[in-house]
Amino acid sequence: MNFTRRGWLAGVAASLAGLKTAQASGSNRAFRSYPGRLGLLHDSTLCIGCRSCEAACNNVNSLGPPADPLDDPSVFERTRKLSTRLYTVVNRYMPAQGRRAPVYRKHQCMHCNEPCCASVCFVKAFIKTPEGPVLYDPDLCVGCRYCVFVCPYYALTYEFNEPATPRVGRCTMCYPRIRQGLQPACAEACPAGAIQYGRRDDLLELARARIRKYPDRYRPHIFGENEWGGTSWLTIYGQPLATLDLPDEPSHAPLPTLITGHLSLAPVAAAIVPGLLAGIYALAHRRDEGLPKNGQRPTTSLPDSPTPAKKKDGHEPLA
Amino acid sequence: MNPSPEDRPRPRFPWFGATTGALLLFGIVLVVLRFVFGLGFATNLDNATPWGLWTAFKLIFVALAASGYVMTAAVYLFGRHDYHALVRPAVLSGFLGYTLFILILLFDLGRSWRILFPFLVQPGTTSALFEIAICVALYYTTQFLELAPAGFEWLRWRRLRKLAVAATAGLTVLGVLLSMLHQSTLGALYLMVPSKLHVLWYSPNIPLHFFLSSIVGGVSMTMTIGWLCQRVYAERFAVDRDQLDRLTLGLAKAGALALAVYVSAKGVDLALEDKWAALHSPAGAWYLVELVGFGLAPAALLAIAHREGRPSLARMGAALAIVGIVMNRLNVAVLMFNRNLPADDRYVPSWMEYGVVIFLLALAVMIFRLVVRRMPILAAHPDFRQPQLP
Repeated sequence: MNFTRRGWLAGVAASLAGLKTAQASGSNRAFRSYPGRLGLLHDSTLCIGCRSCEAACNNVNSLGPPADPLDDPSVFERTRKLSTRLYTVVNRYMPAQGRRAPVYRKHQCMHCNEPCCASVCFVKAFIKTPEGPVLYDPDLCVGCRYCVFVCPYYALTYEFNEPATPRVGRCTMCYPRIRQGLQPACAEACPAGAIQYGRRDDLLELARARIRKYPDRYRPHIFGENEWGGTSWLTIYGQPLATLDLPDEPSHAPLPTLITGHLSLAPVAAAIVPGLLAGIYALAHRRDEGLPKNGQRPTTSLPDSPTPAKKKDGHEPLA
Repeated sequence: MNPSPEDRPRPRFPWFGATTGALLLFGIVLVVLRFVFGLGFATNLDNATPWGLWTAFKLIFVALAASGYVMTAAVYLFGRHDYHALVRPAVLSGFLGYTLFILILLFDLGRSWRILFPFLVQPGTTSALFEIAICVALYYTTQFLELAPAGFEWLRWRRLRKLAVAATAGLTVLGVLLSMLHQSTLGALYLMVPSKLHVLWYSPNIPLHFFLSSIVGGVSMTMTIGWLCQRVYAERFAVDRDQLDRLTLGLAKAGALALAVYVSAKGVDLALEDKWAALHSPAGAWYLVELVGFGLAPAALLAIAHREGRPSLARMGAALAIVGIVMNRLNVAVLMFNRNLPADDRYVPSWMEYGVVIFLLALAVMIFRLVVRRMPILAAHPDFRQPQLP
């Protein structure tokens, strides 16, 4: 490899240019979300645990009736989880100190503003629609389950028992119904008014008004407003988040921002590393310039090191 | 008279063929069951823990397959031609490591037949997995091309061999770049789950830690593979025991240095992220076992071995370092993941998951043996010995 000082300087200049470009493109601005998008507000203090939402959801998604019968209150004795046959689940939680009535909360995909499932999918099988819902395309899905792995709400499920066509199962925010101007099935089915559907900005106002009006009933916080960048599904509640199986004070930064810094290093590395390694090669082979260019060396070990090059003016020749 | 092929020394392990054959058959049955009945049948994976033992071994195989890029860089970039005899075994071992990675990935994917979708249908460029997919695909090709000279020598295709050899330096540079990217990004997969990975094993610097430990893995595996080849294939190996011992001591120095850097990086991480309080727990004790017992201790053993000229101590250090890397990947992917879940919901691998891993290891050993006995891996092909006269 014929290497000159000029060539090295050119390589460094190119690397710096590449670095500058990479810095300009790898920005970490959080997505502020589409204006006027829709959402849902779940008022956990109004939920009576009737599970009509589960029944309605299973109905519109053709999942069959929920595995646990609707009229059996003993199902609440254990914490039920989402599954590929149950896109939403209502669980009962221990009431906080000083209260006696049981507390219920509905859980489902939160349709995050900057969804990590969409960020990690290596075939872009998820999209965040302008209306709000995050959609999944099973025709692209390769089944890597990275989305299921990252979701901080454990909201995604996978058809592990389906050998031929396994898919991810999750709440769709009834996107086809929304497009027709209808409400999501759970919001329509709820008899207690615990689920409100509308524009996310309006729902935030509604939630704040309720919290202001009944300060003893609610905690002064809207879960989903800012957590991990915010979600389309908002929850107001009357007792500590940890007792409702929700994460307490997670970061406001969307989860994808935790990895964008690392991923943006790839073009930087591609720009710098070859030049660096070429420089190392030149340094290591600067005594070899007289030898024949035949690439391969004898397989037996060589003597330890060749005699050092003659020094001139006390300096070793550079290249 | 020349000895006939029948006069080879008796095989040292007569049970070898039967054992590997049985494991191969067992593995094929498991794989068929996995594809016929689905992942739910073959594994204990569930919605809370969709990645389990097979993911841990994907990480392990790649970390230990780093012998390829480490040795080619040492010889062709850093000019350490005294290690030349170890390059081909190291690259072969690395190539097999990535082969196992790809195989276990195919078993783990829900729809393996769609594995080319990110390249052919729709690339998800925001995904760390996409970067890994591209880098591994390119790196696998690079390693194959690095092995091509050996293959061409075996086939006696001189022109193509000359071409392949000329590409060596370029392939080495590409190999180091690609390895830096995907070794670190395999760690970056865990950046997005701070709430699910134990605080001692989670770090914003996990990509750096994975990359540094891959260097350790590469050096340690080269020492181990060299020793195994010397033990089993002494008659084929171009280096004799003394020469290998000298090379082992040199590698021990590199390994000690790499481990020292890795352990320091983790120490700095403990300080930067203020994790000291977390050390006062059973998990903390386990972390120290991994970091000190299988990180700092092998570093010391390798350094002492280099200084005192004790190759067997060096090999012990290498073995401990490999155990440390295996432990780290198992901790990150399985043991220290989702610890907040109630005990009933925690994941335990199924016997079939273990079975598939053992099957793949047996497969790798079989292929290594097959290639080494037929192709010029452990010694140069007699027709291509240097120097070539014009």
